Amino acid sequence: MLHLALFSLFGAICVAGAVNLLVQRHPINSALSLVVVMGSLAGEYLLLGAEFVAAIQVIVYAGAIMVLFIFVIMLLNAGVEEHTQGSRVALLIGVPGMVIGTVLVAWVLVAHSGTQEVALGALPGPPKTIGWLLFHDYLLPFEVTSVLVLIAIMGAVVLAAPARSVQQTKREG
Amino acid sequence: MTPNLHLWLIPILPLIGAAINGLFGKRFTRQITSAVALIFSGAALAWALWVALQFSPAIAPYKEFFASWIRAGDFRADFAFYLDQLSLVMLLVVTGVGFLIHVYSIGYMWEEGGFYRFFCYLNLFMFFMLTLILAANYLQMFIGWEGVGLASYLLIGFWFTKDSAASAGKKAFIVNRIGDFGFLIALFLLIKHFGSLNFDQIFSSIMPMGPETQGSGLLTSIGLLLMVGAAGKSAQIPLYVWLPDAMEGPTPVSALIHAATMVTAGVYMVARSHVIFDRAPGALMVVAIIGTLTAFFAATIGITQTDIKKVLAYSTISQLGYMFLGCGVAAYSAGVFHLMTHAFFKGLLFLAAGSVIHAIGGEQDMRQMGGLRTKIPWTFWTMTAATFAIAGIPPFAGFFSKDEILWQAYSSVHGSWVYWLIGVITAFMTSFYMFRLWFLTFFGEYRGTAESHGHDDHSHAGAPAPHGHGGIHESPRVMLVPLVILAVLSVIGGWVGYHNTFENFLAPVFRAGVTTSAEAGQAAASTESHAEEGARESLLMGISIAAAVGGFFLAWLLYHRRRDLPEKVAHSLGGLYTGVLNKYYIDELYAALFVAPLIRGSSKLLWRGIDQNVIDAGLDNSAEAAREVSDTVRHMQSGNLRSYAGWVAAGAAGVVLYMIWIGIR
Amino acid sequence: MIPLSYYLVLSGILFACGVTGFLIKRNIISIFMSIELMLNGVNLSFVAFAAEWKALSGQIFVFFVMVVAAAEAAVGLAIIISVFRTRETLNVDQVNLLKL
Repeated sequence: MLHLALFSLFGAICVAGAVNLLVQRHPINSALSLVVVMGSLAGEYLLLGAEFVAAIQVIVYAGAIMVLFIFVIMLLNAGVEEHTQGSRVALLIGVPGMVIGTVLVAWVLVAHSGTQEVALGALPGPPKTIGWLLFHDYLLPFEVTSVLVLIAIMGAVVLAAPARSVQQTKREG
Repeated sequence: MTPNLHLWLIPILPLIGAAINGLFGKRFTRQITSAVALIFSGAALAWALWVALQFSPAIAPYKEFFASWIRAGDFRADFAFYLDQLSLVMLLVVTGVGFLIHVYSIGYMWEEGGFYRFFCYLNLFMFFMLTLILAANYLQMFIGWEGVGLASYLLIGFWFTKDSAASAGKKAFIVNRIGDFGFLIALFLLIKHFGSLNFDQIFSSIMPMGPETQGSGLLTSIGLLLMVGAAGKSAQIPLYVWLPDAMEGPTPVSALIHAATMVTAGVYMVARSHVIFDRAPGALMVVAIIGTLTAFFAATIGITQTDIKKVLAYSTISQLGYMFLGCGVAAYSAGVFHLMTHAFFKGLLFLAAGSVIHAIGGEQDMRQMGGLRTKIPWTFWTMTAATFAIAGIPPFAGFFSKDEILWQAYSSVHGSWVYWLIGVITAFMTSFYMFRLWFLTFFGEYRGTAESHGHDDHSHAGAPAPHGHGGIHESPRVMLVPLVILAVLSVIGGWVGYHNTFENFLAPVFRAGVTTSAEAGQAAASTESHAEEGARESLLMGISIAAAVGGFFLAWLLYHRRRDLPEKVAHSLGGLYTGVLNKYYIDELYAALFVAPLIRGSSKLLWRGIDQNVIDAGLDNSAEAAREVSDTVRHMQSGNLRSYAGWVAAGAAGVVLYMIWIGIR
Repeated sequence: MIPLSYYLVLSGILFACGVTGFLIKRNIISIFMSIELMLNGVNLSFVAFAAEWKALSGQIFVFFVMVVAAAEAAVGLAIIISVFRTRETLNVDQVNLLKL
C-alpha cells in the first residue's frame, strides 16, 4: 500500500517533470525540470532497493551532468526558443511513428510481464557486492569505459577550445 | 603414285590477284591493273590445264587436304579439295571462259572509272567460284556459293551511283539469299542425319539406301531444299527475277557470272548431289518440272523483249531450265554437257552484244539497231556462230547438248514425252527469238543515231560511258580475240558429244551413285532392241532440228521479209502480248505480295512498334523512372536535423512492428 | 507489491517524452536534454527488471549507461559550443549547411 503510494507519488512527479520539459520554451526551465525528473527517479530506485544506483543517479546525473548542462546554457546565453518551422516530416511522420512504437513496445512488455510483482526494496545486497561484480565479472567493460571517459575528456577539451590560428599554436609550443 | 596436284593454288591465285588489285589498285596504272588481273587468272587457267593433263580416271576422285577448320566433337569440316571428272570439266570451263572474259574486259572497261575495283571483284569472283567447284564438302561449297553471290552483288552494282544498278545488286543478293536459306536447311538436315558434310562420308552413307517412295522421306526433303538453293542461284522459277535486273552490270559481268559460271553453280550442285537425287524420285521430278516450266516461261518472255541484253538474260534462264531438265531426268552428264556448251555460246553472245553496244555508242535497244553486219564484221560472224549454236542447229555445239537433253527427257526412266514436247516447243521459241535478235541487230537498215552524230549522250543500263570517237566502229582487238576463241569453241565444242564420248567421260562420277534397282529398271525399260532405239532417237533428233530451222524461218519471215507483220501480230494478241512484254507482271506481283508487306511491316511494326515503342521506350522510360524516383527520394536528404529525427523515429517504429510480427508468427 | 508492468509503463512514458522532445524542440540543448530523458527511462527499465529477477547485473548495466551518458553529454556539449561559435545560433533548423 505504502509502496504503491510512494511509487505513484514519485511517478507523478517524474511524468510532470518530463512533460514540463517538453512544454517549457526556455532551455533553463527544461533543464531544471530534468533535474526534478532525475531526483524522482532516484526515489524510484530506492523503492526498488537499488540504493547504490539511486546515489549515483543523484551524484552523477543530477549533480554533475545537469550542472554541466546548466553551465553550457548560461555560457551560451541561450534564449527563448524561436518558433521556426523547420521540418514537417518530424511532426507528421516522426511523432505518430514514435507513438506507435512506444505503444507497441509497452504493450509487448506489459503483455509478457504477466503477474510478476516487485516487492519493496527487492534488490538484494549491499554495495559491496556491486563493487565485487564490477571488479571481477565486469572488469573489462569497466576499464573500457574509463578509457572512454578519458577520450571524452580530451575530445571535449579540444572541441570546446576557442579557435586558434596556427601561428598561435606554434608560438605556444 | 598419285601426284600432288596442289589444287589449292587454283583458287588462291585469283584471290591474291584480287587482294593486290583491291589494296593497291588505286595507285596502279590501268596497264598494271590489267596485267595483275590477267597474270593471276591466267596462272589459274594454266594450273588448271596442267592438272587436267595430270588427271586420269585412275586417280579419281582426287582428294587434297588443305587445312583443318571445324572440329566440334564428331563433326569435322575442313578446307579440302576434291577433283573428279565433273569438277574437272567445271574447272576448265570456269578458268577458261573466265580468263577470256578478263581479257575482253580490259578493252570493254578501259574508259571506265573504278577500273581496279572491277578487276578486283572479277578475280574475287574467280576465287569463290573455284572454291565452290573444288570443294570437298558442302560447307566449303557454301562458302563459294555465298561468295559468288557477294561478287555478283558487287559487280552488278558496279556503277553504284546509278539507282537502278544499286537496286539490281540488292535484288540479286536478297533473292539469292532466299535460295541460300533452303540450301542451309538442307545442310542442317545433312549434319543431323549423317553427322558430316563431307561428300565422301555423306555419299557413302547414302549409297546403301534404296530409293524413297514418292514425295516423302529424308532424302526427298534434302533434295527439295537443295533445289530451292539451286533455284535461287541459277535463276529458276520462282527465284529467277533477279537475273534480268542483273543486266544493269557491265556486259562482261553478265557474260561471266550470269551466263557462263555463277548461274551454273546450281546445276553443278545438283549434279554433285546426284547420289541424293537418285534416291529421291519425288525431288527429281520437281527438279525436272521446274526446269521445264522455267525454260518455256522464260522463252516466251524473251520473244517480246527489245533490249538486247534482256533477251539474252531470259535466254539464259531458259537454257538453265534445260540443264535442270537434264538433271531432273537423272541425265546429269547431259545437263553438264549443256552447261559447258552454254558457257561457250552464251558467254560469246553476251560479249558480242557488248561489242555491238560498244560499237554503236551505248545503245541497247534493238529497235535502234540494224544493218550492222557490214560495219562490224568480226562481231557479226562470231555472234552468228553463237546464234546458230544456241538455236541447236548441227553441227554447232548447242545442237549436241540440247538434243542429248531432249532425248534423255524422252527416254530416261524418269522422263516423259511431256517434258520432251515442251522442250521442243521451247527449242523452237529459242531459235525464233535468237534469230529475231540476229535479224534485228545485223540486217536491214540502220535505225539508230550513232553514225550521224558520232557520239551518243545517253548511257544505258549495262553500257559503258560512251566515248566520242565518231561513227560505228569495230571493237579493239583485245575484245575481238576472246570472241573468236569462243566462236571456235561454239562450233567445235559439241563434238565431244559424238559417240557419247563426253557422257562416258563423266560416267564414273554418275554411275557410282545410281542404285541397283534403278539400274535394273533402266535395263528392264530398254527392252527394245538397239536398232529401234536408234531409230527413235534419230526421229526425235530430226524433229528438234526441224524446230530449230522452223524458228529461223519464222524469224526470217517476220523480221527480214515482212517487217510489218510483228506489229500486226502484237496488236491482234493485244492483252496477251502486253502481259508477256511486261514479264507477266511477276515483279509487280512479288513486290505486292512480299516486298511491300515486308517493308510496311518492318517500318510500322518492327521499327515504330518494337524498336521505338518497346526497346527505346523501355530504356528511356526506365531511366526516366529512376530519375523521378530519385528526385522524390532526394527530399529525404534535407539537411534538416529534425526531419532526420522524424525518419529515425518512424523507422524505429517500423522495426519494432516487424519484430513483433515475427514474434507473433 | 507492485506489478512490474507499472514500472515498465512509467519507463515507456519517460522514453516517449524524450522522443517527443527530440522531435519537437528547436533548441539544440533542449534536444540533448530529451536524449538524457530517454536514457533515464531506459535506466528505470533496467533496474526494474533487475529487481524482478534479483540479478545485480541490471544495476551494473545502469552504472555503465550513466558513465556513457556522462561522456556523451560532455562531448556533445562541446560540439554544441563549437557549432554555436560558427553559426551564432542554437536553433537546429539553422544548422542546415547540408541542405541542397
